[in-house]
Amino acid sequence: MATQASRSAARLMISPSVILLFLWMAVPLGMVIYYSFRRYRLLNPDRAGWAGWSNYSNFVFSPDFGGALVNTLILVLGVLLLTVILGILIALLIDQPIWGQGPVRILVISPFFIMPPVSALVWKNMFFNPSNGLFGELFKYLGMPPYDFLGQAPLASIVTIVAWEWLPFATLILLTALQSLDGEQLEAAEMDGAPPLKRFFYIVLPHMSRAITVVVLIQTIFLLGIFGEILVTTSGGPGTASTTLPFLIFKKALLDFDVGTAAAGGIVAVILANIVAIFLMKAIGKNLD
Amino acid sequence: MTMTMRALLGATALCGLSAGAFAESITVATVNNGDMIRMQGLMSDFNAKHPDIQVNWVTLEENALRQQVTTDIATGGGQFDVLTIGTYEVPIWAKQNWLSPLNDLPAEYNVDDLLPSVRGALSVDGTLYSLPFYGESAMVMYRTDLAEKAGITIPDSPTWDDIKAAAAAMTDKGNEVYGICLRGKPGWGENMAFIGAMNNSYGGRWFDMDWKPQFDSQEWKDTVADYLDLMTNYGPPGASSNGFNENLTLFQQGKCGMWIDATVAAGFVTDPTNSTVADHVGYAQFPNKAGVDNHGNWFWAWTLAIPASSQKQDAAKTFIQWATSQEYTNLVASKEGWRAAPPGTRTSLYENAEYLAAAPFAKMTLDSMNAVDFSKPSVQEIPYTGAQFVAIPEFQGIGTAVGQEMSAALAGQETGDEALAKAQALTDEEMKAAGYIQ
Amino acid sequence: MARAVTPARKTVNTAAAWIVALIIFFPILWTILTSFKPEPVAVASPPVFLNFDWSFDNYRTVIQQRGYGQFFWNSVVIAFGSTILGMIIAIPAAWAMAFVHGPRTKDLLMWMLSTKMMPAAGVLVPIYLIAVYFKMLDTQILLTVVLMLMNLPIIIWMLYTYFREIPVDILEAARMDGATLFNEIVYVLTPMAVPGIASTLLLNVILAWNESFWTLNLTAFNAAPLTKFIAGFSSPQGLFYAKLSAASVMAFLPILILGWFSQKQLVRGLTFGAVK
Repeated sequence: MATQASRSAARLMISPSVILLFLWMAVPLGMVIYYSFRRYRLLNPDRAGWAGWSNYSNFVFSPDFGGALVNTLILVLGVLLLTVILGILIALLIDQPIWGQGPVRILVISPFFIMPPVSALVWKNMFFNPSNGLFGELFKYLGMPPYDFLGQAPLASIVTIVAWEWLPFATLILLTALQSLDGEQLEAAEMDGAPPLKRFFYIVLPHMSRAITVVVLIQTIFLLGIFGEILVTTSGGPGTASTTLPFLIFKKALLDFDVGTAAAGGIVAVILANIVAIFLMKAIGKNLD
Repeated sequence: MTMTMRALLGATALCGLSAGAFAESITVATVNNGDMIRMQGLMSDFNAKHPDIQVNWVTLEENALRQQVTTDIATGGGQFDVLTIGTYEVPIWAKQNWLSPLNDLPAEYNVDDLLPSVRGALSVDGTLYSLPFYGESAMVMYRTDLAEKAGITIPDSPTWDDIKAAAAAMTDKGNEVYGICLRGKPGWGENMAFIGAMNNSYGGRWFDMDWKPQFDSQEWKDTVADYLDLMTNYGPPGASSNGFNENLTLFQQGKCGMWIDATVAAGFVTDPTNSTVADHVGYAQFPNKAGVDNHGNWFWAWTLAIPASSQKQDAAKTFIQWATSQEYTNLVASKEGWRAAPPGTRTSLYENAEYLAAAPFAKMTLDSMNAVDFSKPSVQEIPYTGAQFVAIPEFQGIGTAVGQEMSAALAGQETGDEALAKAQALTDEEMKAAGYIQ
Repeated sequence: MARAVTPARKTVNTAAAWIVALIIFFPILWTILTSFKPEPVAVASPPVFLNFDWSFDNYRTVIQQRGYGQFFWNSVVIAFGSTILGMIIAIPAAWAMAFVHGPRTKDLLMWMLSTKMMPAAGVLVPIYLIAVYFKMLDTQILLTVVLMLMNLPIIIWMLYTYFREIPVDILEAARMDGATLFNEIVYVLTPMAVPGIASTLLLNVILAWNESFWTLNLTAFNAAPLTKFIAGFSSPQGLFYAKLSAASVMAFLPILILGWFSQKQLVRGLTFGAVK
């Protein structure tokens, strides 16, 4: 039904979305590019002027930049790994015939509804806090000195919080995929004497590959922007141990009030995000159709 | 119609009026510290006196508040009509013409009653730009019962050696008693307020006369080494995320032997409803290093200012006068006792016999505040004024970045010397970028 | 792939599944329990689970000190407003993409998704300055529009995948039977599209409700939603775990209940229509 008329009608229907998204991308981006070449300090408005490439060199050559890149990678990959692996295991478990599958599913998806500042505050205070948190109590009960999670293992603690938030998402998608798996094929394999592990790797996992792709794609989009959890729990610290790229940019913009350097950082981040995006689309885009 | 019904209807009509046509609403940004929360609970008095003004609160954690308020004022956002800011921001922002001057205060406000040091800190060229809500210096608060049990006495004017000895004697980690609690949460107004003051009392300074950062000096090295030594051996676990509020809670729970922090805390640690140790608190002057005549020079006041961009200047002015008035002090005293009165802003409070009787920490607070010298917080030659902060716009960013390094050192991720080396490099870079160092 | 298993096996599986589910749910459960405790009990050592004086005092205190109604209402307006506005713009676009498959459709979709990869922190200052310029800071309209733009790519993508499942043959069959365009839309298309639209709506309301970068940075009081409400409970003075818990429950309970009741649609929504 793709006639000439319907094509132009389609264009008309699509254009509002495209125009809006284009403006939403282009206008701030244009401003950011402009600021990235300006000296612009919110607290010192008198000191303004062109800065050349110095904002870029300040950002890229600052000692925090490399660490922030690594931290961003660890955060994204750590959460992806945890959610996919645990998600598969939990999906396999819930998919078995059990009593109360409905309530179990409700409990498992619940963390998805909790807003990031709430989960960060709850985890930080009521679990990780070494003096009054539950984990501290657990350590005490085991006769060990309390462990300062956010001080000693800040990034791992944040990965835990974020993975908890995203585990329901991964589990549900993987569970849906699992439920559409053809039982007869599995039974046939079982009859042939294929051990459970083999059945999993040769039948179940390939069947779930598309679902895993979706999990990775969607989560990556959201994980690259993780921010609130870091701000609330560690503020990127101690030192810069849990400073990611978005947080570093935020720090430059709203803690140092150095808009120029933050803008340069924003451009660098956009370029990196696009590289990741192209990579991601190339690698798994074909898996989506 | 019964009496109750009529009264109810009348009340509803009143509410409708006050919230409706005649009400002007102002938005107040404030910190989630105890005194401010208390004020929010006492708003019925203000509402009764000024039914035409409705006050909306934005209550945030200290660092979040600073970030939001600073962005708003620097871009002319105009979201707030009253800002809660400190003695660091007021003069800097006033010079940018971001704050409304407060010249014509009515006689009953009794502006001459404000402590001269506080008033001076909030004025630029003799014009007042902000009204003080409460003021503070810093001092040692310690548990008299624990000191007695450990068989030690803390002198009224202790040295850091005395503090260390006392911390060692009081620590009992098995029973969750830590000899000393100090700030470790990064932020120029959090851990750097304490470490900066401690460095003052070690005879150190932030910058030399050429604005060269001094983190490579012996004074800073000693300060940081002793700070880390105290905290790792005698401090609570997780100290790198403890700020003022967290330490206050620990002290109230009886987990700290000593706590060196803002004098305003005294009103809360002696509050019998929230503090398990209210009857066992002793006070001493902020410590100094033996031979250095400097007790930290900690000076701070949380104050209420009106941004020049506010459209509701008159209503905002009415509110900040009420919140910082003598009558507000009396209101707090009548509701919660004199001990809870907001300290450190008015001379009359320290001449009030009832207050002096109820607040054993009053004299120490006043003496500490009076001893501060803004023009020269360090014993060495310095190009800046300030107290536990350096009064230049760039300090906010520098202080927070240095604070991050200190907290990393406290968490054991790097040594004190490494943290200082990084602090030196980043401050140097920032001072060059800002044009102080050519 | 459910298969018949022995009762013993089923019991073991059930126990394991429930244990895992309870561990995942525990932080929420603990928050709910703590919200009913007096403050000192909330930090008691060893921890107290059920044996304490249950009371609503914390809820009362929190509402008295901070209010709740306005934050809640702002959350509702912003979350639903942005999603509905997004749907109005997205439905025609997704429809056209699904039924008039052009050569560039997929590239266009991927480009739309990629706009979500722009780091919000990087564009905060420009957006903030634009908002200041138009005097829109701290307004519901600003937040509604910004969150709509944030979620628009996701909305389009989800709707697109749902619409593509609608078989075109049915439309042609209906036309052959002499159905008018009106009948075609009301009786054939809408029933098939509604579940997808409902799922999309739900999921995006949740995403908007929980959005906590723009809502925190672009609001003060007038448009401040529940994310801002909860931010005020970060490191306050004194014991605060019970009050923090009560505030947390007030922030997440509405959306949690909505989520539980619409579980079925939501599961569809969560899979972004991409997994069958």
